[in-house]
Amino acid sequence: MESMNRAAGTAAAWKGLEAARVGRRLLEDIRADFPILGRMIGDRPLAYLDNAATTQKPRAVIDALALYYERTNANVHRSLHTLGEEATAAYEDARRAVQRFIGAGDAGEIVFTRGTTESINLAASSWGAANLTKGDVVLLTEMEHHSNLVPWQLCAQRTGCTLRFIPVLADGSLDMSILEESWTDRVRLVCVTHVSNVLGTENDVRRLSRFAHERGALILVDGAQAVPHIPVDVRALGADFYAFSAHKLYGPMGIGVLYARAPLLEEMPPYMGGGEMIRAVGLESSTWNDPPYKFEAGTPNVEGAVGLRAALSYLEGLGAAEIRDCERGLSLLARRTLAEVPGVRLHGTAAPESTVISLSLEGVHPHDAAQYLDSEGIAVRAGHHCAQPLMKRLGVQATVRASLSFYNTEDEVMRLAAGLRGAGRYFS
Amino acid sequence: MALEDLYREIILDHAKNPRNSAVLDHIPDTLAHENPSCGDTLKLEVTLDEAGTTIRRIRVQCRGCSISTASASIMSELETGRSVAEARQLARDFISGLRGGDPAGGGQPAASGEGAGPLDTIDELAAFKGVMRFPVRVKCATLAWHALLSTLP
Repeated sequence: MESMNRAAGTAAAWKGLEAARVGRRLLEDIRADFPILGRMIGDRPLAYLDNAATTQKPRAVIDALALYYERTNANVHRSLHTLGEEATAAYEDARRAVQRFIGAGDAGEIVFTRGTTESINLAASSWGAANLTKGDVVLLTEMEHHSNLVPWQLCAQRTGCTLRFIPVLADGSLDMSILEESWTDRVRLVCVTHVSNVLGTENDVRRLSRFAHERGALILVDGAQAVPHIPVDVRALGADFYAFSAHKLYGPMGIGVLYARAPLLEEMPPYMGGGEMIRAVGLESSTWNDPPYKFEAGTPNVEGAVGLRAALSYLEGLGAAEIRDCERGLSLLARRTLAEVPGVRLHGTAAPESTVISLSLEGVHPHDAAQYLDSEGIAVRAGHHCAQPLMKRLGVQATVRASLSFYNTEDEVMRLAAGLRGAGRYFS
Repeated sequence: MALEDLYREIILDHAKNPRNSAVLDHIPDTLAHENPSCGDTLKLEVTLDEAGTTIRRIRVQCRGCSISTASASIMSELETGRSVAEARQLARDFISGLRGGDPAGGGQPAASGEGAGPLDTIDELAAFKGVMRFPVRVKCATLAWHALLSTLP
């Protein structure tokens, strides 16, 4: 109750600002950086509230992609000519930018992949296949996105290891009391989402990593929903593996990151084979390049890396703390406003400041609610959000999910609330 | 794309008051039909006459959005009393009529040169023409009809 009052106070203070800002910059100027936010949906202005699905891109990122192909495009790592050197420099510069962004010790610990899903599949099929045997246990949670669940199911089929799950409590937090009880010395890996894409819950990764390391296990973290919204320091968190996607971070689609500690990458067998990841190739066998290149077969997504680099620069320009403050205020306001809409039930009270808000609207199927909201220009997501086990635990087939970003406005939140009221009437 | 194009009166009516709706606990969950992308689930019970050639009764338990609920309700009304062969043909024509629609073409079914399909000739099904403009909802509209096809002998 205490925290709700404090939260309400913060939300009220935010609402009172003359002109909304992110740090020193006016929100309306920031929105002007994002071309797509000016779009109309039919005759309504777009209210894009589906940022957990993917984020919109600032002009700086769009321009960086175009500029790459206009000025510096070449294949990387092997060309001696000027363009090749420039493209390689851009690619490796992006790698170092990612290293700094997540506080990794060395750029060699940053593997570029297609995204979070591929990052986790890489860990499961490389580290998993080489280290897990029959009877070993991988400890997951009930709130995992399918991308941090299915790769481990495949791994279990191939290696004979078993999967176990930390349950989710009614408020959307993990039942940490179970940890001690359900631990066995066969647990080799803990896999956990940093921030839930359904409930917004932020899990205590540091505590989990300490617990796991004390007992000789490793920890892999799905950071897809975390990196856009909270500061991430992989060494402070104690993460052995950390995965995220560029497109949820205001960067392009088609590129993501697997961070893994250097000693792990040294030992891990290759994931995909081909050019770039080899050192010497014979007919019968080959030797491998050093990490991270050992895990980057074929021509990389250089444009993607360049776009990601531009996104990180853009975010640095706004300021991580400023982004967080802005999003926190808007999220609190949103929850308070939505809770007042008749028939709305918010799922997961454990994270009132999180940008991810899942709700049910009584008597209205989420699909219909989302369709109605679309006719008002409002983009949200309806469905199981790639987390079917969690839906089951919540006792719902599907929810409506609104997910905010620093470029969303108080007015958009009000439109969402009005839209939900309208949907309730339309379908009653 | 106005909301009214998708949620025609007749669809909203069937969604709020689904016909032939029943609790079908005797059908196990493993035999339920699903629309995995949005969580519509449907159980279907089809009763044939003694000769096994005509549909005597259809009962539906649909837990899903308005489109899937309405479609199941309308399906149950239209198909009851038909021969199995006719029922199958109608289901196939409805599904292909919806699927064959060009999403960019303003909801017109692709020209087949074979005359009008059920989307043109049957009022209750004409209401679903709007669905063609919302490709994601086509699965909602066809769920019950796919279920019927897999239930019929």
